[in-house]
Amino acid sequence: MTGLSLPFDLTLTIDPWLEVVLRAVAVLAAFLVLPLLVGQTEHKVMAHMQGRLGPMYAGGFHGWAQLVADGVKFVQKEDVTPARADRWVFRLAPAVALVPYLVALAVIPLSPTVVGADVDASALFVLAVIGVGIIGTLMAGWASANKYSLLGAMRAGAQLVSYELPMVLAVASVALAAGTLSLIGITAAWNPWWLLWQLPGGFVFLVSALAELQRPPFDMPVADSEIVFGAFTEYTGLRFAFFLLAEYAGIVVMSLLFAVLYLGGPAGWHADGLGWLWTLLKGFAVAVVVIWLRVSWPRMREDQLQRLAWVWLVPIALAQLALTAIVVVMTQ
Amino acid sequence: MSGYVTITAVLAAGVLLFVAAMTVRRLLAPRAPTAMKATTYESGVDPVGEGWAQTKVRYFVFAFLYVIFAVDAVYLFPWALVLRSPEIGSASLVEMAIFIGVILLGLGHAARRGLLRWV
Repeated sequence: MTGLSLPFDLTLTIDPWLEVVLRAVAVLAAFLVLPLLVGQTEHKVMAHMQGRLGPMYAGGFHGWAQLVADGVKFVQKEDVTPARADRWVFRLAPAVALVPYLVALAVIPLSPTVVGADVDASALFVLAVIGVGIIGTLMAGWASANKYSLLGAMRAGAQLVSYELPMVLAVASVALAAGTLSLIGITAAWNPWWLLWQLPGGFVFLVSALAELQRPPFDMPVADSEIVFGAFTEYTGLRFAFFLLAEYAGIVVMSLLFAVLYLGGPAGWHADGLGWLWTLLKGFAVAVVVIWLRVSWPRMREDQLQRLAWVWLVPIALAQLALTAIVVVMTQ
Repeated sequence: MSGYVTITAVLAAGVLLFVAAMTVRRLLAPRAPTAMKATTYESGVDPVGEGWAQTKVRYFVFAFLYVIFAVDAVYLFPWALVLRSPEIGSASLVEMAIFIGVILLGLGHAARRGLLRWV
């Protein structure tokens, strides 16, 4: 890495510290733009699936600025910390929930050259970092001193421990197929046969990702008919908005990760120059599926959630692992 | 330049984002605290008892299972790197089959004892 890598192959010899700053700013910009895109897509796609129009006024053209307006609104709302809350833990929780997804986004490659930070075992690193976000939810639930919040946080924690395992196993299978733990290496090793070969693992990954994001049908931790809004019940204004941003940033991270692991990332027409666009488009398609599932499925019960993970996903993921290993040894 | 330096910078950018956003909020948002507003929200009724109630933690078995399995799963990643090596590739396949077999046996045992049911 001797220069700044951009899609149009502009290789300048710039100060390495300036490069680090530029990379961090680029990742931050992507982190602030992509979740809003997904959020706006959710507004419009959900609305049209339900025979509505969705936001139409903010910004003029089909309400494109709705989420910007929401952000402006959130920042002007009063920030309430409940009297019984564990003050500092309560106030820090949104940052702990949000920042891990930013760091995860930094290591996901859009193409072999367009990547925030190139580290060796990025597949492992991204899994480790994503898992940290749940601590923010647990902090929020505990520090709120609210029964609903505590229940929601406990459900979120239980959900994470159950679905983390099938997800790790599915990623291990992809790493096995590629023979590397680097996400860039995985996209380099990918070929269209993987669509079939890694299909069960891909299914497990997608379901686990939905569950870790607490998206419907796995949104038991924020079930509004039972526990108000789970761990986020006591939050107002900007801190609440940060939890929402964390959810949508999570969708971005998981969708891009799915595109990189299972859909070949930059593989496609003119992959050398347009690879980054392919990864973004594939990730966006996955995000639309995530939204679609929210519209289509009812919420699962807590015990059904746990059973699905342990009785179905873990065995499927282990079978996928065995299949991958056998094919790798047979075909080399 | 190592990628980890960039990751550290990204982490710092995240912290900065949070601090900057909270500063802007401090400047723009109104502050009118009342005792009523600061009470715990329980669907509009006065809060009953303590917020930090004791409860039966039904999922602790899942937490145990997770810890055991996740430690096992970590060993799969180094395996991914050596499976293609001609010396230990095939032998490692058999070893991993035994390893996963033991895990499956454990999961089957847990299921048979009824530990995978929530209630």
